[in-house]
Amino acid sequence: MSSQEIPEERLPAEQDTAHGAVEVADDPFADPGLPAHRPRIQDIDERAAKRSERTVALMFTMSMLATVGFIASYVIFPVDKIVFIWPFGHVSALNFSLGLTLGLALFLIGTGAVHWARTLMSDVEVADDRHPIEAAPEVKAKVLADFAAGAQESALGRRKLIRNTMFGALALVPLSGVVLLRDLGPLPEKKLRKTLWAKGKQLVNMNTMEPLRPEDVVVGSLTFAMPEGLEEDAHDFQNQIAKAALMIVRIEPDDIKDKRQREWAHEGIVAFSKICTHVGCPISLYEQQTHHVLCPCHQSTFDLSDGARVIFGPAGHPLPQLRIGVNSEGNLEALGDFAEPVGPAFWERG
Amino acid sequence: MSTVTDTKRKAPAGERVADWADGRLGIYGLAKANMRKIFPDHWSFMLGEICLYSFIIIILTGVYLTLFFHPSMNEVVYHGSYEPMQGIRMSEAYASTLDISFDVRGGLLVRQIHHWAAVIFLAGMFVHMFRVFFTGAYRKPREINWLFGFLLFVLGMFTGFTGYSLPDDLLSGTGVRFTQGAILSMPIVGTYISMFLFGGEFPGTDIIARFYSIHILLLPGIMLGLVVGHLILVFFHKHTQFAGPGKTNKNVVGMPLLPVYMAKAGGFFFLVFGFISIVAAIASINPIWALGPYRPDQVSTGAQPDWYMGFAEGFVRVMPGWEINLWGHTLVLGVLIPLVLFGVILAALALYPFLESWITGDKREHHILDKPRNAPTRTALGVAWVTIYFVMLIGGGNDIWATHFHLSLNAISWFVRIAFFLGPVLAFIVTRRICLGLQRRDKEKVLHGRESGTIKRLPHGEFVEIHEPLGPEQLYALTAHEQYKPLEIGPTVDKNGVERKPSALQKLRARLSRSYYGEGNQIAKPTAEEYKEITSGHGHH
Ligand code: HEM
Ligand code: FES
Repeated sequence: MSSQEIPEERLPAEQDTAHGAVEVADDPFADPGLPAHRPRIQDIDERAAKRSERTVALMFTMSMLATVGFIASYVIFPVDKIVFIWPFGHVSALNFSLGLTLGLALFLIGTGAVHWARTLMSDVEVADDRHPIEAAPEVKAKVLADFAAGAQESALGRRKLIRNTMFGALALVPLSGVVLLRDLGPLPEKKLRKTLWAKGKQLVNMNTMEPLRPEDVVVGSLTFAMPEGLEEDAHDFQNQIAKAALMIVRIEPDDIKDKRQREWAHEGIVAFSKICTHVGCPISLYEQQTHHVLCPCHQSTFDLSDGARVIFGPAGHPLPQLRIGVNSEGNLEALGDFAEPVGPAFWERG
Repeated sequence: MSTVTDTKRKAPAGERVADWADGRLGIYGLAKANMRKIFPDHWSFMLGEICLYSFIIIILTGVYLTLFFHPSMNEVVYHGSYEPMQGIRMSEAYASTLDISFDVRGGLLVRQIHHWAAVIFLAGMFVHMFRVFFTGAYRKPREINWLFGFLLFVLGMFTGFTGYSLPDDLLSGTGVRFTQGAILSMPIVGTYISMFLFGGEFPGTDIIARFYSIHILLLPGIMLGLVVGHLILVFFHKHTQFAGPGKTNKNVVGMPLLPVYMAKAGGFFFLVFGFISIVAAIASINPIWALGPYRPDQVSTGAQPDWYMGFAEGFVRVMPGWEINLWGHTLVLGVLIPLVLFGVILAALALYPFLESWITGDKREHHILDKPRNAPTRTALGVAWVTIYFVMLIGGGNDIWATHFHLSLNAISWFVRIAFFLGPVLAFIVTRRICLGLQRRDKEKVLHGRESGTIKRLPHGEFVEIHEPLGPEQLYALTAHEQYKPLEIGPTVDKNGVERKPSALQKLRARLSRSYYGEGNQIAKPTAEEYKEITSGHGHH
């Protein structure tokens, strides 16, 4: 059934629920047809048309000047010259002048062309016919017949063996492409569960790069630490620090509400993973009175005096704690790796 | 013989070149149908052009940037001309972006044009998409072009994301981390996809190079194909037009491509390019030097993605952190649900045209656009969708709202959560009422004329405003829209007395149809009889 056969202003009123035809109301007023064209001043007054012509030419000329200005700016302004331009403040002279001249050169071509089109080119509205997109029935019949003939000649329907093996071959061949993707990366295995921390690894203060001593950690301050032996120029520094970064604070032992936390601390010095358990941003803001830390990415807030429990935001579980102690040299050291994976949760985390 | 005509008249050089090309490409045949093709005029039809032109600008500037950018995560120590970064370790990607900004003359300008154009490209697509939505331009035969456009919008988001991740600065690296965390939340496959995408653990040394090939080749390649397809279809279908005198479903009224639209559209390209260049001259965007190179243990506060990612960001921020741990596995609902909702809400928009055409059962072509008020339910659904989108944008910037307006984060989160459910419902109700009100006003205008602003005093002292009757052109334009009748299930017993049970699907469809076109859900157009009755005889005002 071709939809084009239905008179468009009125689809069948009879409700055909299978196809769900609809009824459309008639237009109450007749179409008066295209309104007559109203001439513009330029259409009747040659002087006005001349003025428009000069305006357009002026814009194109100014565009040329702007391009010259662009080249001049490129040559004149040193790349590092900073100037003060009100109200934009201190800006790069080169960027400012290049952008402005290029912008003007382009913009003036645009205004010129549009002004030309609006004032001097014909603005008479005309109507073009539309033709239905659907093919005429004869065309469709011819195509179907052609296809049938082609299919017949290929004998694809009859020679099942060829058909089935061909589909099989075509279905299998993309597998090679999939296999080739295997070396995009290693399997996850236990990689997300392990960090550089291990029993006996000293905590290194990330500010001073010296081993951290208990007396360095004062109440009310937030200290960041990383494992000893990790060098900033190591090839895997970024990967390691992404998991091992630590956040150290000192809390009065009596203020620590969580029992295990108190045991894993050293005289109130607690070490938590710095990596947010939501989607992995590093945590950076510390509220000393409440011992709350805030992740700047989506504002998850953890209470470091209560097992780093989530008290606000989208994170789903507490920050993992690193068990620490003091070694014979009086430096803080880890007593093992984290007991659970750091960072965002994942399916195998458990 | 053709030589006869050739000798009679020596063709001008331009014509000879065209002849040469025609003999090989058949260009005269192509030009015959298209050179004087008619395009209707309406300001909203320029929105698609803004998208097209910013896309071209993005490609031009992007190619320039590839000449200087090094997509490498090798660590280098910076010795360029930006003093504050002297001696700092950074990836080559970041260092080369600094070079583009501070050592290549005009490099900063091109970088900023590229980024501004991307922001405008996505904003343009968003507005263009809703122009198409609210006017019903997606109806047959344009459903496929709707999908092309939708895909362009979605791919544009990801192209933008991979693009602003390339400089490997602290802000964008944080965005990449966020993506990796979101990928990890996917059940079963999450860790595998993460390892394969990053070539190992986060951040690894591959991701910038991989994003690079995705950003400059894979996605723009697909998008270029879609844009070309999109434009071919616009030509093939011919542009839609608003109802008005002389405009029918069988014609297209406007001005010819050559010269008017060639000049207007060509000129508009320069206007868009010029505008973006000026913006890039005076407004800095993504000043990566202020942030420093990416380190997974460092972060800047107030981290914000580009605006078009704010919608996804909002879901992630306001979702409660639900996690289910069972049988040694973790289902990270707090991240997974936002991820799924993001996809579902976008897909709902993509599929809407098919839902509507199922409800109406209308199989005709539509070339006359609807005024949004004349499709109240569609318009209300669209506004509801946009409401969700903007509520989530607010959620995505919750820290900005909190610091600028001194609000508590908690309050904003709860506002966004509640608004996610209530906002679209309210928006739907209010929009539909407004549409119906406007329809009533149109009807009023048709029947009683336009308010003239002139006040007349009647003999008995009453003041009335004179209404001027509308001309035939306005009468036609205000009543040319179609109104569907709601679908009825019809008698449950057919002609032969056999009982026919409508299926649940049919019932649903009839219900939806009623809610679109039923009584009270659209205002019946004035009929010619009503008009005659009112205008004939007794003095109306
Ligand atoms: C690269 C991005 C895009 C480009 C370059 C582009 C370009 C255009 C242009 C120039 C037109 C003709 C003028 C107009 O109606 O505005 C058009 C029409 C159209 N666009 Fe787009 N567009 C883009 C994105 C989109 C999106 C995101 C959608 C919706 C999902 C969309 C759907 C449509 C449809 C259905 C038409 C036909 C409408 C009609 O004839 O009235 N496009 N496009
Ligand atoms: S990553 Fe910390 S709240 Fe999202």
